[in-house]
Amino acid sequence: MKLIRTLTGKSLKETAAKGGCGECQTACKTSTVGNQKCENEEQ
Amino acid sequence: MADYLIHKFQYKDRYFLLDAESGAVHLVEPIVYDMLDGFIGGAKEDTINALSDKYDLETLELAWEELSTVQENGLFLQEYVPFNFEYNPDNIIKAMCLHVAHDCNLRCTYCFASQGDFQGTRCLMELDTGKKALEFLAKNSGNRYNLEVDFFGGEPMMNWDVVKELVAYGRELETIYNKNFRFTITTNGLLLNEDNIAFINEHMSNVVLSLDGRREVNDRMRSTVSGKGSYDLIVPKFQMLVGLRGDKDYYIRGTFTSNNLDFSEDVKLYKELGFNKTSMEPVVTDPREPYALHPHHMDEIMRQYDKLTDMMEEELKNKSGFLFFHFMLDLNQGPCVVKRSVGCGAGSEYIAVTPEGDIYPCHQFVGEEEYKLGNLDSGIANNMIRDKFKEANIMTKSSCSSCWAKYYCSGGCHANAYYNNGNILIPYEPGCEMEKKRLECSIYLSSIEKE
Repeated sequence: MKLIRTLTGKSLKETAAKGGCGECQTACKTSTVGNQKCENEEQ
Repeated sequence: MADYLIHKFQYKDRYFLLDAESGAVHLVEPIVYDMLDGFIGGAKEDTINALSDKYDLETLELAWEELSTVQENGLFLQEYVPFNFEYNPDNIIKAMCLHVAHDCNLRCTYCFASQGDFQGTRCLMELDTGKKALEFLAKNSGNRYNLEVDFFGGEPMMNWDVVKELVAYGRELETIYNKNFRFTITTNGLLLNEDNIAFINEHMSNVVLSLDGRREVNDRMRSTVSGKGSYDLIVPKFQMLVGLRGDKDYYIRGTFTSNNLDFSEDVKLYKELGFNKTSMEPVVTDPREPYALHPHHMDEIMRQYDKLTDMMEEELKNKSGFLFFHFMLDLNQGPCVVKRSVGCGAGSEYIAVTPEGDIYPCHQFVGEEEYKLGNLDSGIANNMIRDKFKEANIMTKSSCSSCWAKYYCSGGCHANAYYNNGNILIPYEPGCEMEKKRLECSIYLSSIEKE
């Protein structure tokens, strides 16, 4: 029986090492980063 | 004070635990949810005793054990560890909002661009200025390969010949500089026809099509210069564009105001009209405007997001492919922590260029003279403003550092902060409230999607 199911992949710390490549995209022009896609193939 | 940051919430019959600093999101059974406070602040024996009337001892032991395991794995009660990085030290620019027209053929009531002219003279960008802007972007993009140019206005299609020539020029620059230009356009659709739709669908990687929803809602806020509604003029054109677009990205994008607090009905209409990629944004305007959103509207706005969640749950079950932008959340592989910390990059990686060649931090600051960064001839001259934007992130915005949603909203929109609080470091609070609600809805929907 599993009482906790983790929905996420890598932890934020794990994304730091190869993060910040800047290749991902900067819909609305007014109101979030959380729903963007990572485009770093090394991540 | 504890350095960890968690958020627990129930949505419908599901219980969630978000650990902000690790980024982990857990779907938990009610027994775990009930145990959280005791696990964090109490002793094991006391916690289990307190819950023993409700749950059996064996399962309580298991719940404690599982919480201990996720904590040991660094996915629960992860403490804040400042990570040192220098943001954009080489002042690379990778994205540009290109204002090819400071003129518009609509007179939208809520337009932040003063119906297209940004409080200045109505004018169109000359081709030479546009070329200079693309060169400026290519030359200042350092090692970035993907460059973005959004044709914006006003109404960019009022300067259509220049748009077409700039796309061709961008393709030339790609070869010279070894870059990939992603062109996008934001349009009200009035000037769309078969020819320019074919061009857009071939060359624009994304298109933002402005429509507020139901005819009466749209036409109340989005009228032509002669005061007539725009709905009947633009909907068939948008349907033609989308029908011919195949799998390429587009968004039907609306603004809701206090005039249509039942905005979930407008999103439903998008679907009925055949639009599957949708975005509906709250108006951000002077609170004295009659259509502005106020604190007493918040309860209804939250109910509308719940209605949209119900709608999206059905769409997920039916695998219809219908998307609502603010509910799109990639829990498996979202952006890296650097991107989540600095946000949109306005004023640093992302700039706006006016028809005259002046440079501003983003489209919403255009016309604010104190925020002018420079121009295409002199380059970025106002380093003080650039540095101000570079340093605006979730670590320097004091109200963000203790917020569970900080790695999702990344500190919110600088312009919304500035126009509401006079300071880009003080986030627009109603925006925060709506963002947190949308996140809870999104996480719930993600858990449904993963089944």
